[in-house]
Amino acid sequence: MTAPLDRHAPRPAVRRAACRPGRRAAAAVAAATLLSAGCASLPDGAQRNAADPLERVNRGVFAFNDALDEAVARPVARTYRAVVPELFRASFSNVFSNLGDVLTSANQLLQGKPLLALSDAGRVVINTIFGFGGLADVASDLGLEKHREDFGQTLGRWGAPPGPYIVLPVFGPSSVRDGVGYLVDLNTDPLLALNDLYWRRGLFGLRLVNTREQLLDAEKVLQGIALDRYSFIRDAYLSRRRSQVYDGDPPPLPEEDVDAGTGDASSNPGPAAVPTPPAPASPVAPAPAGQPPAPAAR
Amino acid sequence: MMKRLFAWLMAAAFFSPLAAAAQETPNALIQRLSTDVLDRIKADKEIQAGNPRRVNELVDNVVMPHVNFQRMTALAVGRHWRAATPEQQKQLMNEFRTLLLRTYSGALSQVGNQQVRLKPLRANDGDNEVIVRSEVVQPRGEPVQLDYRMERASDGWKIYDVNVAGVWLVETYRNQFGQEIQAKGIDGLLKDLSEKNRSFEQGDGAASPRRS
Repeated sequence: MTAPLDRHAPRPAVRRAACRPGRRAAAAVAAATLLSAGCASLPDGAQRNAADPLERVNRGVFAFNDALDEAVARPVARTYRAVVPELFRASFSNVFSNLGDVLTSANQLLQGKPLLALSDAGRVVINTIFGFGGLADVASDLGLEKHREDFGQTLGRWGAPPGPYIVLPVFGPSSVRDGVGYLVDLNTDPLLALNDLYWRRGLFGLRLVNTREQLLDAEKVLQGIALDRYSFIRDAYLSRRRSQVYDGDPPPLPEEDVDAGTGDASSNPGPAAVPTPPAPASPVAPAPAGQPPAPAAR
Repeated sequence: MMKRLFAWLMAAAFFSPLAAAAQETPNALIQRLSTDVLDRIKADKEIQAGNPRRVNELVDNVVMPHVNFQRMTALAVGRHWRAATPEQQKQLMNEFRTLLLRTYSGALSQVGNQQVRLKPLRANDGDNEVIVRSEVVQPRGEPVQLDYRMERASDGWKIYDVNVAGVWLVETYRNQFGQEIQAKGIDGLLKDLSEKNRSFEQGDGAASPRRS
């Protein structure tokens, strides 16, 4: 093993990959798969979406991620669930959640929410001291609610628009803004404070598996919810992120007039004539169904 | 005078359930409804397991009276709704309902110690449309946002759109349906929806003895 060489500061992944023939081959295969999948065609009826100019490439990466998940991540997560007792998994989750609260607190502060920053910092202190290093989430029992803030949300709060939607290899749905935020999150990750490389890598890996395990149930709900999984996940991701930037209360989009262009109930023979408010006869042509919100809107 | 008073009393007695419903504020309705639904789910193992018949009953008897599902479907289908025949509209409502029920049935097993917390309503007295904001508070983890778009109807407030964790249902399905209609028309969408729904039904039946 070449581990001693790696003892020092983390070096760019590219270089690390390049100095090992095995890794290089794996990277080449992955790149080839990505490229070949990269020319994915759009399904019939998919309209050009202003929030997703890279749709063809994104769909390719999406398919690649799906295959990777099917082949590796999901089986590993299932095994993890089957082998590791729930108490252990819950404790691991708590530890990672506790570490996450450190960044959440910092981001709350950066977003100008000092009280929430204090509350989330309080969670870290309480859980670290009284929760045995974060193994138990006693702060929640004490009524300090958990939040999640990342640097992508902070950038959004500062006014950065999401920019084009991007599907990252392995990591999935993102945007230009959130991708940048993610890089910052990765580089300020409390796990980086660990000096021992094996512990650090081991915990990064455990966190990934643990996260995937938690998504096993949500994935069942997602089954069959979408007619086109790609656009469903994209639209849901962009809406959710926008909502998170505004802490659940985003200002309405111009197109968010949900009555635009739909025949309202009065045009139907339904007996229950519900008094609908007079629809404003908007001269603006209703946006085509596939039209996304303008990307400039945060 | 007496006659009019009597008539008024009769009317009041007759319509009092409706009147009570009409006076209930949107927030109070959502609070009552969510508590009711959560309690019923917690009390019924069959529902938690996703038994389609029991889930159907729950939705039909408890939830649907407070939903304008026709409007919800119309909005999700978007500008194409007007072009659909009444028969197609009926089918669209049926298939959409099946799809949503299946989706949410899968989540029912997760119901445990959650509680619903309403946020203050920002609305004026005369408003006919409001957004009710609430959160599902869990023993662990971040609260999950759950908002409702509601309209005033003659017999109380009706839900016509739901926001789960920041994602509005109607908006999301408008893109899904629009894409499909663009490619294959309304009949194409209907065919896809029903095939999708049927395939899951069969999958269900094969996997468990619940379905005959």
